[in-house]
Amino acid sequence: MADLNVKIGSMIMKNPVMTASGTFGYGPELEDFIDISTLGGIIVKGTTLEHREGNPYPRMAETPSGMLNAVGLQNKGIDYFENHIYPRIRGYNTNVIVNVNGSTIEDYVKLSERINLLESIPAIELNISCPNVKMGGMVFGTNPASAREVIAAVRRVYSKTLIVKLSPNVTDITEFARISEGEGADSVSLINTLLGMAVDVNTMKPKLSTVTGGLSGPAVKPVALRMVWQVARAVKIPVIGIGGIMNTDDALEFIMAGATAVQVGTASFIEPRTAEMVVTGIADFLVRKGLSGVSEITGILNR
Amino acid sequence: MKKRIEDLNVTENRKLNDRFFVLTLSSSVPLPIILPGQFVQALVKDSPSTFLRRPLSVHDVDEQKNTISILIQIAGSGTESLSRLNPGDTLNLVYPLGNSFTLPSHGERVLLTGGGCGMAPLLYLGRKIKAVGIEPVFALGFRNRERVLEHEEFKKLGEVHLSTEDGSAGYRGFVTDLPVFTDNEWDKVYSCGPEPMMKAVAAKCRARNIFCEVSLENLMACGIGVCLCCVVETTSGNVCSCTDGPVFNTRVLKWQI
Repeated sequence: MADLNVKIGSMIMKNPVMTASGTFGYGPELEDFIDISTLGGIIVKGTTLEHREGNPYPRMAETPSGMLNAVGLQNKGIDYFENHIYPRIRGYNTNVIVNVNGSTIEDYVKLSERINLLESIPAIELNISCPNVKMGGMVFGTNPASAREVIAAVRRVYSKTLIVKLSPNVTDITEFARISEGEGADSVSLINTLLGMAVDVNTMKPKLSTVTGGLSGPAVKPVALRMVWQVARAVKIPVIGIGGIMNTDDALEFIMAGATAVQVGTASFIEPRTAEMVVTGIADFLVRKGLSGVSEITGILNR
Repeated sequence: MKKRIEDLNVTENRKLNDRFFVLTLSSSVPLPIILPGQFVQALVKDSPSTFLRRPLSVHDVDEQKNTISILIQIAGSGTESLSRLNPGDTLNLVYPLGNSFTLPSHGERVLLTGGGCGMAPLLYLGRKIKAVGIEPVFALGFRNRERVLEHEEFKKLGEVHLSTEDGSAGYRGFVTDLPVFTDNEWDKVYSCGPEPMMKAVAAKCRARNIFCEVSLENLMACGIGVCLCCVVETTSGNVCSCTDGPVFNTRVLKWQI
């Protein structure tokens, strides 16, 4: 059995496979299909200080090899998470990571402080890249000065592993990766969804209530892979690859391009067992190639 | 109730007309308990433009034969691909999903109203209602005679009142124009079909203070309550139609009716 362990900041993962925020609920929704303890980690639904209703329906449009969404961070807020969800999922035998969102720097800081106190949450993923909210989200992740400010502010109050989720909707994503590293982030995860849109020619209206939304699925994989490769060469902190991973080979591509870990996202909508299958697939691949551990192939393209 | 991912065997593909067909699927293990109103998420193969699973309501279940039937309209390349399935093929489902209709209590008078392909779940609902000793009454509306679906199947379960928009079969008009609506007292009305039709049914029920449940067909990605795409605006905020629905009491919906 090859060694699948990886480390992100101070967080030890039994394997490099996580599930992406917004595609796996909080975990219980998938329990009928998948053994969550087989995963390296799960990143729960984007959480905010206050309850959010999200954007109006319709929020989704199928596209060639992917989908657009404009959910807009619908969630019940941190109080509800602490009281009703955390007690149920804190016992999972995997890393439970919270995706942290806000409209202001103060929101991000307050929320990070709260989550810092939850002993069974080893890390947060700072979401400065949600394309579907008017305030905050991607606004922070596409402006270098704002990104620096919010990451620095959260770093001051959050003592555990800090992952920054980057937006692909920028000219040079490595700039934001370097800012994250410079402000003390332990890791960067990329990519969040690519801004896109679709039109219903029969009604002559946009398919999404918000007109634009975030594109995910295999359609974005080559773009995500390129960005992971660039970022892995630009920073020393571990990179988490996300974007259209549907199977083991997709995950291996990200790892070879420089990702220490990966997140399975949209694939879980179609095959809820994907993440678990990818764990098994990576282990089998390593054995087949006669390799002792996943670290032997991490960033092999960049060596 | 435990949800499954399973390859089911296609045992029949019954063509109803050029655009509608019923797939019957069998499992090699006992089917789970499937409630009327629940749906499945079908994985479409052989359609490059189809990325997501297709949510399809359960048309009927035969516990003796261990089969489940799905009535499908060819609406795009995904459902077109499903229409080419033959006995011997398999279809991968995530199922059973969603909530269910509230079965009537003993002695209640119930009307099941549907339009077009949307009436699919009313057959299984009618079967379950009959099983609790209540005679279901159906009011079904279609565009024209050629579009009438499953008339014989519904007649096996109860009285069927038919309407067509052009009058080529049954009453001429919309399903809500059928006299059966107003000529009788109803305790529960169930509806499934195009949204304008369900809203018209809901409005009639509201005016007479009749219990009314509808089954919604919102666009969805996952079907299991994680993508939050299929939301419905209710009196308690946005909820997923795949897990809190697809069946809703019209009192909780924020419909302008």
